[in-house]
Amino acid sequence: MITARYHREIPQRYRLEAGKCAKCGYVAFPPRLVCPKCKTKKFKTINLKDEGKILTYTIIRVGPDKFSKETPYAIGIVEVSDGVRLTTQIADVDVEKLKIGQKVKLVFRKIQDDGKAGIHMYGYKAVLV
Amino acid sequence: MRDVVVIGAGMTKFGELWDKSIKDIFVEAALRAIEDAGVKQIDSMYVGAMSSGLFVGQEHLGAVMADYLGVTPIPATHVESACASGGVSFRQAFLEVASGASDIVMAGGVEKMTDGADVTEALATAADQEYEVYQGVTFPGLYAMIAHAHMKEFGTTRKQLAAVAVKNHRNGSKNPNAQFRSEITIDQVLNATMVADPFGLLDCSPVSDGAAAVIVASMDVAKKLKKKPIKVLASAQASDTIALHSRPGITTLGSVVNAAKKAYKMAGLKPSDIDLCEVHDCFTIAEVVVSEDLGFFKKGEGGKAAEKGLTAIGGKIPINTSGGLKSKGHPVGATGIAQIIELYEQLNGKAGDRQVKGARIGMAQNMGGSGASCVIHILESGK
Repeated sequence: MITARYHREIPQRYRLEAGKCAKCGYVAFPPRLVCPKCKTKKFKTINLKDEGKILTYTIIRVGPDKFSKETPYAIGIVEVSDGVRLTTQIADVDVEKLKIGQKVKLVFRKIQDDGKAGIHMYGYKAVLV
Repeated sequence: MRDVVVIGAGMTKFGELWDKSIKDIFVEAALRAIEDAGVKQIDSMYVGAMSSGLFVGQEHLGAVMADYLGVTPIPATHVESACASGGVSFRQAFLEVASGASDIVMAGGVEKMTDGADVTEALATAADQEYEVYQGVTFPGLYAMIAHAHMKEFGTTRKQLAAVAVKNHRNGSKNPNAQFRSEITIDQVLNATMVADPFGLLDCSPVSDGAAAVIVASMDVAKKLKKKPIKVLASAQASDTIALHSRPGITTLGSVVNAAKKAYKMAGLKPSDIDLCEVHDCFTIAEVVVSEDLGFFKKGEGGKAAEKGLTAIGGKIPINTSGGLKSKGHPVGATGIAQIIELYEQLNGKAGDRQVKGARIGMAQNMGGSGASCVIHILESGK
């Protein structure tokens, strides 16, 4: 991945920055230019809360080439307490024991490497609380 | 809008077609469709393909295929809507004829997936690159998350999901163009190598090469050719958020609900009027969820319906008589057109051992990504 493309997403991946619609309060993660609910174009930057729960999950046994050395790994849709949902790996867990509804916290982790000579890429993963 | 009818169809066998290129397979399907229609020329053509750029390093497929089919200088356009590319290609051809801009148009679709690309990565480009794929999710993984949520909410079981795969293989065993013509058992599905829990390998559609094409024309053209008119009663399309996590519900596909609503309205029909339906069973749960969202079964009862045989040939609503994506194969861009071809054969009474008796109205539901696109067509057999 070209560094600029990675760099653009750092506020979201490192700090969970989202856009809160100034009119209807809809929280867009990642931020958007137009509110899908009320079409307003004015947003305030907020940081998502880092606690939430697992709405659904899967255990990836066959991964894309980039993640093939990490299988099996768990990935889920997590709803954070602001009501925002995101897709994230669920780390440091016995994947066989995961359950829908478990409480998690988002933490800062390395997500992937860009080939043999490229940059390390970071972001959020969920861990059980 | 004027009436539009399907007057010809042609496809390659689906499978691992090592000795043929993407051009070879598309032209093969297109020539069969033109021959079947009995037309001397077409006014324009559409080529549905999801990602020929990643799969074979070739874009600009409209011109490529017009050139190799020997039909330049007619307008030729590549249509992309992920796994719904074929269905959207058909819709473009329908709209072009319905509007009166053209009289005879080809809608084709193709994908060549076995030429060495990282297929998992290429398919994942239909999801949100920065906020789903970046985290390591795969397409089986996205639908697996839908499956887990459906199991939790409605008590759907792995065995019910397996019933979908078993039924589709039984239908596909009767389809000479299917990639897998072998029947499978519930135990084989349940004991297959796991891909993304709760899916084993046999819950997933395969990687395939293949091409399909149909010719659509105005009713006037069909009458001159003395064709039994297979009329397009409805063409409807809807979109949804690109990321699965952005939707209010994970066990319903909003694009399917919305496209279905429009399609039923356009045709003036209700779910019980449909005699057979081809649905986008990229994974077993997809057929279950879609069979509910199209209104054939109550929300949450699609799994039970599959287990009871209500979706088998001879059941309440035969689904995927062709074998579906699971058994027939899923060369992504060709899939939506191949669904139309199954309806065309069924409505002409030429589906052989898998014929639905007295089939008069057929529906095809084709979707892209984890349901961010959905396109639905309803066809009716005339007299």
